[in-house]
Amino acid sequence: MSESRDLVVVGAGPAGMAAAATALDGGLRVVLVDSGAAPGGQFWRHPALFARETLPTADLHHGLSTYRALCSTLSAHERTGRLTLLLNHHVWTTARDEDGFAVHAMDRGRAPEEEAVVLRAPALLVATGAYDRQLPFPGWDLPGVLTAGGLQSLLKGGGVVPGRRVVLGGTGPFLLPVAAALAARGAKVVAVCEAAAPSAWLRHPAALLRNPAKWAEGARYAGTLARHRVPVRTRTAIVGAEGEGRVAVVRTAALDTDGRPLPGTERRIEADTVGVGWGFVPQLDLLLPLGCGLGDAGDGTMAAAVDDGQRTTVPGLYAAGETCGVGGAALAVSEGRVAAVSVLTDLCAPGRPGTRRPAAERRAVARHRAFARAMAQAHPLPPAWPAWLTDDTPVCRCEEVTAGAVRSARADHSAADHRQVKQLTRAGMGWCQGRMCGPAVHCLVARGEPYAPAERLIATPVTLGALADSGESTSDHT
Amino acid sequence: MTTATAFTVDGEPLPFVPGQTLAAALVASGRVAWRTTRGGRRPRGIFCGIGVCYDCLVTVDGLGGQRACLVQARAGMAVTTGEGDDE
Repeated sequence: MSESRDLVVVGAGPAGMAAAATALDGGLRVVLVDSGAAPGGQFWRHPALFARETLPTADLHHGLSTYRALCSTLSAHERTGRLTLLLNHHVWTTARDEDGFAVHAMDRGRAPEEEAVVLRAPALLVATGAYDRQLPFPGWDLPGVLTAGGLQSLLKGGGVVPGRRVVLGGTGPFLLPVAAALAARGAKVVAVCEAAAPSAWLRHPAALLRNPAKWAEGARYAGTLARHRVPVRTRTAIVGAEGEGRVAVVRTAALDTDGRPLPGTERRIEADTVGVGWGFVPQLDLLLPLGCGLGDAGDGTMAAAVDDGQRTTVPGLYAAGETCGVGGAALAVSEGRVAAVSVLTDLCAPGRPGTRRPAAERRAVARHRAFARAMAQAHPLPPAWPAWLTDDTPVCRCEEVTAGAVRSARADHSAADHRQVKQLTRAGMGWCQGRMCGPAVHCLVARGEPYAPAERLIATPVTLGALADSGESTSDHT
Repeated sequence: MTTATAFTVDGEPLPFVPGQTLAAALVASGRVAWRTTRGGRRPRGIFCGIGVCYDCLVTVDGLGGQRACLVQARAGMAVTTGEGDDE
C-alpha cells in the first residue's frame, strides 16, 4: 500500500470514529488504527463483526444509533478506498517524521504472531481513551476482584459474567451502567458502593440543567437497578476482600466526610466477584514521547492540553476524547468532530465545513466539559482513602510492593513522587509499568498535585524479532 | 459446542464462542485465575480486561507474555499457563 494519507487516527472509540468520519467527509484520506477486533473502543466495545450473532451484546449499549451511523459512514469511505481501517493493530510508539509523524504498530490479527507496520501522515490524531483508576485495598489482588471496566469489557466483548454475586465499588457514574449490565445478564448485584455523597451533585445545578440527556441516561440506569433490586449505598466504600484463592467476602464501610471508614459501620457481604473503579486515567502513552503539553484535568489527573480546536502543543498533533480529560462518549464524539475540522483547516482541505456546524460542535464540547468538571468535583477520590490500607496491602501488583514499603520510601527517603518511589521500591517497574499503581502511589506520596504518568517509550511490548523485521520488510502504509 | 471451536489450556480442551478472547473463554468456564506471581506466589488472572494490567499473561503456541484479554481465541491454539510470564 503506498497511497498518500493525510491523517492517522489512533483509537477507534467514540472520539476517533467521529474524527475519522468528519475528516473523510471533508475529503481527507485517513488511516484509522485500533487494537480492538471491532470499532467502538471501550464504550462501544463489540465482538468482531463475524461474531455479532453468536455473541449478541446490543442490549448492553447506550447511544448505539450514533455508533451505527458512524460505522456506516466509515464503511462507505472504506469502500471507496479513502479510509484504511486497521483493527487488531497495537500502536507501540509514535515519532516525528520529516513531514509529519510515523506511527509504529504491530498487526496482531493472527496473534501471537505479529507483524510490524509503519503509518505516516502529516497529521496525527491521538484518541486512545482512558483506563480505570484503581485505589488498592486489602485483598484487591484476589482473583475475582476486577476493575469495573474489566467487568464491562467481558460483558460487551465476550458476553460473559465472571461470577454470580457481585459487589461494585468506587466512585462515579460509570458504576451504574456496569451494575445495570450485570443485572440484565443474570448476575446478582448485591451492592453498589459509591463513595461520594449524592448531595454533591446539588452544588452544580447549571451543569445538570444544561445536559438533559445525562438525566435521561441516569434515570434509565436507575430504573434498571430498581427493577433488579440493586441497592446503591452512597458514602460507602469497599475496604477489604477476603478469600482463599478467590474472593468470598467483601468488607464495606460507611465513610466520614474525608472518606475515612466510620467505626462500627463495617459489613461483611458474601460475593464471588468484585468490580472497582475510581474514575479513569487518560491514556497518554503515545502523546508524552512527542512532547505534548499537559494540563490539569480537574479530577486528579493530567490530560493532553488542547486549544478550542483540539490542537495539542505540538504542531500537526491533535487529541480528542478522554486523552484530553475524562468526560464520556458524547463529549468524545464532539471533540473528535472539532479535531477533524481543525485538521481540515490546517491542511487547507477543500472540503472543510463552513463556520456554523463547527461552532455548534464547540459549544457542545464546552457544555459537556462543564458537565465533566461537575462530575469530577461530585466524585472525588476520598482524601483519607489510605486509611483502609494495611502495611502489607500490595500497592504495585506486578512487583508486589506493599503500602508499608511505599510509606517508608516517603518517610525514610523523602520520596516526593511516584518516580522516586519506583527507584526506591520497584513500584511501577513491572509488566504494567505503573499503569495500575501509578495514581495510587502518587496519592500516597504527593497528594494535592494531579497525577502525570511516567513517559514510556514503548506503549505495548513488542518482540525483538518483529522489531528486527520492521526494517525493510515492514509493510509501509505511507 | 463442537471441538472445532476449542483451544487447549495446559493440554485440556476449552470450548469458546468465536469472537471471544482467551480470557473471556476462560472466564466463561469458571476460571478467573491462571498464573501465580513471582514473589508471593499469589494467584492472578483477569483484572483490567483491556490489556493494561498484564495480570492475565499466558503462553500461546510457545510465545510467552501474551495478554489473554487481548488475544482472540482460535480453534487449535495451545495455551499454557503459569510460565513465560516472568521475563
